[in-house]
Amino acid sequence: MLQNAWIIPALPLAATVLIIFGTHRNRAVSSGISIAAIVSGFIYAVAILFNVLHDHGPHEFYFKWLDFGSWHLQIGLLIDPLTAVMLLVVTIVSSCVQIYSLGYMHGDPRFSRYFAYISLFSFSMLGLVLSNNFAMIFIFWELVGLTSYLLIGFWFEKKSASDAGKKAFITTRAGDLGFIVGILITLYACGTLNFGEVFTKIETGVFAGGLLTAAGIFLFCGAVGKSAQFPLHVWLPDAMEGPTPVSALIHAATMVAAGVYLVARILTIYIASESAGMVVAVIGITTSFMAASIGLVQNDIKRVLAYSTVSQLGYMIMALGLGAYTAGTFHLMTHAFFKALLFLAAGSVIHAVHTNDMQEMGGLGKKMKITALTMFIASFSIAGIFPLSGFWSKDEIVASTSGHPIFMVLTLMVAFMTAFYMFRLCFLTFTGGPRDQHKFDHAHESPKTMTVPLMVLAFLAIFAGWVGIPWLSHGFSSFVYHGEPHHAAFHFDIAGISLFVGLSGIGLAYLMYYKGTISPDKVAARFRPLYTLLYNKYYFDEIYDAIFVQPLYAICDFWFWFDQHIIDGLVNGAATLTLWWSIAKNWFDVYIIDGAVNGAGYTIRGTGSILRFAQTGRLQNYALIIFAGVILIWFLR
Amino acid sequence: MDQVPIGLNHYLMLSGVLFTVGIFGVLTRRNAIAVLMSTELMFNAANIALVAFSRFVTPAALTGQIVAMFTIIVAAAEATVALAIVLLIYRSFKGINVDRINFMKW
Repeated sequence: MLQNAWIIPALPLAATVLIIFGTHRNRAVSSGISIAAIVSGFIYAVAILFNVLHDHGPHEFYFKWLDFGSWHLQIGLLIDPLTAVMLLVVTIVSSCVQIYSLGYMHGDPRFSRYFAYISLFSFSMLGLVLSNNFAMIFIFWELVGLTSYLLIGFWFEKKSASDAGKKAFITTRAGDLGFIVGILITLYACGTLNFGEVFTKIETGVFAGGLLTAAGIFLFCGAVGKSAQFPLHVWLPDAMEGPTPVSALIHAATMVAAGVYLVARILTIYIASESAGMVVAVIGITTSFMAASIGLVQNDIKRVLAYSTVSQLGYMIMALGLGAYTAGTFHLMTHAFFKALLFLAAGSVIHAVHTNDMQEMGGLGKKMKITALTMFIASFSIAGIFPLSGFWSKDEIVASTSGHPIFMVLTLMVAFMTAFYMFRLCFLTFTGGPRDQHKFDHAHESPKTMTVPLMVLAFLAIFAGWVGIPWLSHGFSSFVYHGEPHHAAFHFDIAGISLFVGLSGIGLAYLMYYKGTISPDKVAARFRPLYTLLYNKYYFDEIYDAIFVQPLYAICDFWFWFDQHIIDGLVNGAATLTLWWSIAKNWFDVYIIDGAVNGAGYTIRGTGSILRFAQTGRLQNYALIIFAGVILIWFLR
Repeated sequence: MDQVPIGLNHYLMLSGVLFTVGIFGVLTRRNAIAVLMSTELMFNAANIALVAFSRFVTPAALTGQIVAMFTIIVAAAEATVALAIVLLIYRSFKGINVDRINFMKW
C-alpha cells in the first residue's frame, strides 16, 4: 500500500507523456486523461491518509540511486502525517482546478498543452512532498519551478506574461542558489542527504553550531524564493499574468507552499539552531506585514490575492520559525483551500467581465450568486471568522506568538489588514452599483464546470479547519506534530482578540466600501505619501531594477563591447594576420617553389631541344658515329 | 722471287681490307640489300681474323674456328631477320632506299 505511493505522482506524469506524445490533438481526451490521473491520485491519497492515521510512521522506502563510494544518493518515499496531508491537499486542489479549467480555458488554442503542463506540475509537486532526501526534493523543487515558468508564460504572446515567467524563474533561482549551498553544507557535515539520517546527526550533536545555523539559513533561502518571502517576493504578484486557475493551483495553494513545506520538513534544524529559527520567523513576519500593507491599496483583483498569498505564507513561515510546527502546517492546509477558492472565484469574475481591475466591477453579486457566495465564504475564512477553517488555523498561529509580544502585535495587525483588504475586494466587486455598465451588462454566471469546484472548495474552506478544533480530541495536532504532540490550549482571550481584530477589519471595509461613510479617496489624500508608497509596492521593483537589473545591463553592455571589440578584434586580427601570411606564402609558392620546378623543366627541355639534333633517324649516320667513336676510343686509349 | 710464307699479318690485312670495304659499303650504299651484304663482309672479316688468330697464336686449340662457326650461324639468322625487315620496309615505302627511312627520330 504505502510503498506503492509512487503511483500518485506517476499517474500525472503518465498523463503528461500521453498528452504530449499522443492525444494533444484531441482536447476532450487530453483533459479527460489529465483529470482522471489526478482524481485517481486523490483516491489513492485518501487511502494513504487512512493508513497513516493508523500508523504515523514515518514510513520510508528507498533504493540506492547513485553510489559515490562513502555515500550515495537515494530515490525514496517518505510518508508521514505531513506528507499524507500534503498529498491530500495537492490532489484535491489540483483536481478542483483542473475541472474548473475545463470551463475557464474553454476555447484556448493550447488547451491540451495546458493540461499537459498542469499534469507535469502535479507530478512534480506530489514527488516533492514524497521525497525522502535533499537531492530528490531539490530535483522536484526545480521541476515545479519549471512548470511554474511554463504556466506563467502560458499566454506568451503577451510580453508581460513572458516577462513575468522569466522574472519568476530568475528570482526563484536566486533563492535556489542558497538552497543548493545549504544542501552542500549538510552533505559536508553529515555525509548523507537523507532527512532521517541528517536529523539523527543533529540530535546526537554531530551536526551543530555555526555550520548548522549556516545550513539552516541557506536552506531557508530556497524557501524564500519559492514561497515568495521578503526580499524575493517580487515575482509572485507578476506571476498573476498566468491563467487564473494556474494562479490558484501553483501560486496560491501548492507550489508557493512548497517553501513552507520545506521549512516544516527540516524544522529539526530550526529548533536545534535558535538563531536560524529566528531569521526564519523575522523574515516571515516582515513579509507578512509588508505584503498585507501593499494589498490594502491594489486595484487588480488578482494582485490583491497575490499579496494576500505572500502575506499568509509569511504567517506560516513565521509560525514555523517560532517552532510551531502544527500551527504552520495546519494553516498551510486551510490556506490552500480558501486561497484556491478565492483565486478560482476571482477567475470566475474575470471570466465574466474580462478585466482584472476592481474599479471597473461592482454589483456583480446580483448576477453571479454562486461566485459571490463562495468568495464571501473564503473571505470570512481568511479573515479568521468563527467557525470557518481560517479561524482555527489563524488562532493557532496567533497563539504560537504568545511568547513574543512584537510578533503578536504585528500578527494581529496583519490579521486586521487581511480582513480589511479581503472585504474591500468583495465589496468593490460584488456590491454597490456597476461602475462600468458595459462590462456589467455582459457579465454572467460561469458554467457548471467552474461553479462546482467553487462549491467543493467552499465546503472545504468552511470545514477543513474543523479537524483542528481543540474540543474534537485535537484531531490535527495529534496527527501532524513535531516531536511530542503539542495541544495548544484554546485561549479564549487570544481567540477573542483575533476575532475582534478580524471583525473590525471587515467593519472598516464595510464603512468605507459598502456604506461609504468614510471616503476612501479622502483617506488616500490624507495619507498621500503612505498611499503612494504602498500603491507602488514600496518601490521594490524599482529598487531591484536600479540595484540589480540596470547594473547587470551595464555589465552586459560592457562585456558586449568587450566581445565586439577585444575578442572579435583578436579573432579578426588573427584572421587578418593569417591572410597576410597566406599571401606571402602564396607569393613564395608561385615564384620560388614553382619557379624552381618550372626552371628544372625548362632547363631539361632546352637541353633536349639542342641535343635532339643529334638524332637524325638515319641508320648510316648512326653507324658512322659508332665507327668514329670506336676510332676515337682507339686514339684516346 | 722470294717466297714469303703466308703468315698472320697477311690474314689480318685481308681481314682489315674486307672490314674496311664492309664499313664503306654500310656507310655509303643507299640500297638496304647492299648494306646487308656489306655487313656480311664485315662478319666474314671478323671470321678470318678469328680463325687466323686461332691458327697462329694457339694452334693446339680450335677455339677461334668454333667461334667462327657460331658467327656464321648467327649471321645467317641475323640475315633472315634483316631480310624480313627489309621486305616490310619495301611494302611500306615502296622502295628500300635507307635514306628515306629516317622517321625514327624526334
